[in-house]
Amino acid sequence: MAYAQPQNLREAVAALAGREALVLAGGTDIFPAHTGKPLPGNIVDVSKLAELRGIAEERDHYRIGGATRWTDILSAGLPPAFDCLKQAAREVGSIQIQNRGTLAGNLCNASPAADGVPPLLALDAEVELTSLDQVRRIPLSAFITGYRQTALARGEILSAVLVPKSFGEARSSFVKLGARRYLVISIVMAAAVVQRGADGRIEDARIAVGAASAVAQRLGTLEHDLEGLAGNVRPSSIVARHHISELSPIDDVRATGAYRSDAALHLIREALDIATRD
Amino acid sequence: MIDAISFMLNGREVESRADPSRRLTQMLRDDLGFTGTKVGCDAGDCGACTVLIDGELACACLLAVAQVAGAKVVTIEGLPHATKSGKALQRAFLARGAAQCGICTPGMLVCAAKLLETNMNPDEAAIADALAGVLCRCTGYRKIIDAVIDAAGGRSGIGVQPAAGCAVGSQVVRLDGAPKISGTEAYGADNIPRDALFVRAVRSPYHRANFTYGDLEAYRAANPGIVRVLTSQDVPGRNFFGVILADQPVFAVDETRFRGEAVAAVIGEHDAIEALDLSVFPVSWTELKPLMTMDQALSAGAPLLHSGRPGNVLVEGRVVRGDADAAMAAAPCVIEGQFESGFVEHAYVEPEAGWARRAGDRVEVTVSTQSPYLDRDGTAAILGISPQDVRIIPSACGGGFGSKLDLSVQPFVALAAWVTGRPAAMVYTRPESIMATTKRHPARMRSRMGASLDGRITAMDFDGDFNTGAYASWGPTVANRVPVHASGPYVVPNYRAHARAILTNCVPSGAFRGFGVPQTVIAQEQMLDMLAAKLDLDPLEFRILNALSNTTPTVTGQVMGDGVGFRDCLEALRPHWQRAKSVAQVFNAQSHAKRRGAGVAGMFYGCGNTSLPNPSTIRLGLKPDGRLSLHQGAVDIGQGSNTVIAQIAADAVGLPLDLVDLISADTDLTPDCGKTSTSRQTFVTGKAAELAGLALRRQILRLANAGDDARIEIANGKITIKDSSIIRAVALHNLPSRQYGYVLCAEESFDPPTSPLNANGQGSPYAVYGFGAHMAEVEVDLNLGTVKVLKVTAAHDVGRAINPILIEGQIEGGVAQGIGMALMEEFTPGRGENLHDYLIPTIGDVPPIESILVECPSSAGPYGAKGIGEQALIPTAPAILNAIAHATGVRITRTPATPERVRAAILAEGGAP
Repeated sequence: MAYAQPQNLREAVAALAGREALVLAGGTDIFPAHTGKPLPGNIVDVSKLAELRGIAEERDHYRIGGATRWTDILSAGLPPAFDCLKQAAREVGSIQIQNRGTLAGNLCNASPAADGVPPLLALDAEVELTSLDQVRRIPLSAFITGYRQTALARGEILSAVLVPKSFGEARSSFVKLGARRYLVISIVMAAAVVQRGADGRIEDARIAVGAASAVAQRLGTLEHDLEGLAGNVRPSSIVARHHISELSPIDDVRATGAYRSDAALHLIREALDIATRD
Repeated sequence: MIDAISFMLNGREVESRADPSRRLTQMLRDDLGFTGTKVGCDAGDCGACTVLIDGELACACLLAVAQVAGAKVVTIEGLPHATKSGKALQRAFLARGAAQCGICTPGMLVCAAKLLETNMNPDEAAIADALAGVLCRCTGYRKIIDAVIDAAGGRSGIGVQPAAGCAVGSQVVRLDGAPKISGTEAYGADNIPRDALFVRAVRSPYHRANFTYGDLEAYRAANPGIVRVLTSQDVPGRNFFGVILADQPVFAVDETRFRGEAVAAVIGEHDAIEALDLSVFPVSWTELKPLMTMDQALSAGAPLLHSGRPGNVLVEGRVVRGDADAAMAAAPCVIEGQFESGFVEHAYVEPEAGWARRAGDRVEVTVSTQSPYLDRDGTAAILGISPQDVRIIPSACGGGFGSKLDLSVQPFVALAAWVTGRPAAMVYTRPESIMATTKRHPARMRSRMGASLDGRITAMDFDGDFNTGAYASWGPTVANRVPVHASGPYVVPNYRAHARAILTNCVPSGAFRGFGVPQTVIAQEQMLDMLAAKLDLDPLEFRILNALSNTTPTVTGQVMGDGVGFRDCLEALRPHWQRAKSVAQVFNAQSHAKRRGAGVAGMFYGCGNTSLPNPSTIRLGLKPDGRLSLHQGAVDIGQGSNTVIAQIAADAVGLPLDLVDLISADTDLTPDCGKTSTSRQTFVTGKAAELAGLALRRQILRLANAGDDARIEIANGKITIKDSSIIRAVALHNLPSRQYGYVLCAEESFDPPTSPLNANGQGSPYAVYGFGAHMAEVEVDLNLGTVKVLKVTAAHDVGRAINPILIEGQIEGGVAQGIGMALMEEFTPGRGENLHDYLIPTIGDVPPIESILVECPSSAGPYGAKGIGEQALIPTAPAILNAIAHATGVRITRTPATPERVRAAILAEGGAP
């Protein structure tokens, strides 16, 4: 087998079982990693698997097929809590990329700058991993284990992303900082999912920041400090430097770590402002 | 397993048995011959390969062939039939000048056609969103947006057909534009013969290394499809190239001096080269400690890059006038500044490409280039044959901007064809293009300026070091141009400027739109604002007060006499400047986190070589059928020389432009028009065209002994000459056929009159300068340090606007590159050798641009015209930097002004929330 194009998930995991193979979906990360060269080794092309594509509302969660494309997310009817994911979808590369790139590809590529990760972390997403032998679910936060490292085992496909309905009526936002308007890899980005109670108090706040650590991080201290905040206090006003202690930004071709920390604070404030704007 | 893959391509079913994981781009271009789909990056970053897959946009470089099985694929070739608006868009792109080099045009058209399928009334934001996935390096995107709006609104102009004698100054649509919008234009990688061998270079992964080859013959024998391996041993002539100083080896010997330097070339069949894994090529490396900065290269005891270059100084240039020290000491107002800039990559969307074939004892090279005759001579020296035995046929050039003045693929393909006897092709990958070809010189500049209290500049002292990388390339040109231009177009009576090109183990710096001048204006134009501030003068009025005029001398002592329109440019900006300042003031009164500002900057730039000959020769023939053949050897790299030179020639003869048939650059067919560089083609080749046109006109008039003001008409096989006293008709078939088969033929040369510079840099280095001034309006986010350019107003003295559409195109494209240089572009050798780490402006980064064309004719130029190519870029970056300072109070002395640098400067001033 050099190039397999299975017609369903069962065939796909069967093709993957017991061998080294590259799972090809949208190709928007895999081809650029092999510029000027052919794709190496065995390839399992999952781009034709209809069952992996699309969004379904289940009893207690939303199920987003792994091969769901950014454009699918943009056109889907979803509650406001997903606005952060839609806003991220709009910022992934270009329309050309959004039309082909998939959610599972974005997560499995495990770039620190993956646009999909902060929104899904803030949505408490889990991932469903399917192999020939089993289907397992783990939190996204446990799935991406390091810089370009995941818990994906040999033979597994990231078959779905599951978003629990715990967000209730929450509103959400995503903001991204890059050095140009379009087609840009994030210097830093932030997602916020905020739910207020009937009295205006914040009941649930989830903040995630990407491109400022090897893996995007939720900001637990900030979330804790936001919860219970009265409706007449502007949430962004409480954000302070100690709230980003989870981040460990590095220097790279796009920016220094120090700038990333500084910018992260402002992006978090902006994300909170957008998510809590009347 | 997959047996055969079938899909619909532009309405026809195609079937392929190719490797299913092959990229769709490869299949379309190599297997099916649909070369309208371009490959610019092979990574989804540039969008040049955009096609429609079942009606949706996709990059064909990111699709395995198997993934389009059963799909409907539409490429540029099928766009006119497959979409509602494809045809209208093509017409509008042509009429608006939305295609310059044209390499991004197919991708842009596909995106635009997709947009107009569902939205026939898009606003600018919708167009930007829809086209954002395609990068353009030439146009600045504005004419593309205009064209989409035109097509959506059912307007698609057909352009002007000027009457005899009226071509100059009219909005003629580019004469070579049709293939650019249909996708049939053939760039360096587009017309490679099917039986061609392919070449890949083996390049140094280290900035500096020693190397030894393993068993090359065993490697070749073990790899079926590999035909030959070439090293320096296989170079029959000189293993060096470089136009000014031939110091760069084709194949390094023993030591490589920069990352990306070639040590060998592998020649093989197409399939074998496509699958080649260069990591197993038999070469072993010993990494050596490189000199990566100018400080390291200049430090005492630093190893020498080249034995004949003590201190690692390649070359120095200086200009001295008056007594800068005394005047500085006497000046009541003195300021000092230090400025720095980084490597800038040309980032044309077409990577280097071409192919060669041997024809007996000659070799023909078809290549994307800016300088066919220099290529010819350089390639001949490497092959050890005479220049007449090399023919360079420039393909369409998908962007040059200076880097395609140097040899890239030419030596490799010529050698490969020479030794194998088969056609041989080479196409650089994007990482290879970024790694191995020249950059804009990083600069480190120190300047002091003194002025009198009434606002006159009295003294200037400038020192600049320019990182020229491992080899000379065009470093000497930079070192010579910089001291002449560091003053800007101002009267500076006491002046000392010194520039050095410093050798390091970085990629060679070479020619890039402006040859060092864009860097120096970043210093000079910020210094002027600082000086104006200290004198409490308005920055624009301060410039007007000190502006060079027809009668005042430049820092080299040259008095132009005519054609100095700098003050006119500044004055043209005056109402815009007043408006912009007050708009910013109103905005800032109610905004804290975001601040607006406006900045101006001026420039001058000498057209043609610095005190060196650079003649152009134009041949113009009258054919027996009554049409004119224009042998136009100025390579059109998108800037429009094919059109501009033809306009000039037609008017000089006095015949309509549509009688002109173009014979574009080809060293066997066109006389030498020099290189497309130094903003010289409109001026130098244009003047040669004017002279050739006038000479042909005299020959025609002589047929009737008519006076100079006679009118010439050609129709129905007759040439008719009319003046007040006579009407004479001559049947063309009665005229004898002469040289080249023409009944009449004129060939004229023009070399700009210059004088050598003396030891103090005094003299007349250029016959003509172009002048201009830009105003930028920006909005700065104080929290994040991001800068958004809101508008650029660009006034340029072009002498005579031969073709206003093309000039606007040059200005808009220059401004876009200036925005990139000011805000985002910096290359670090060894990092980010792709177009997602190296950022150039997208369609969303270039604001509206208002061009103001000032015409102060220069008696030296054709119809008074001057160059515009480089002039357009030069003042943008300092205008933006001055606007940032106006908005925030902080000065950015290190470009690019990335969000991080701007934010750091704001924090350092303590002026931020």
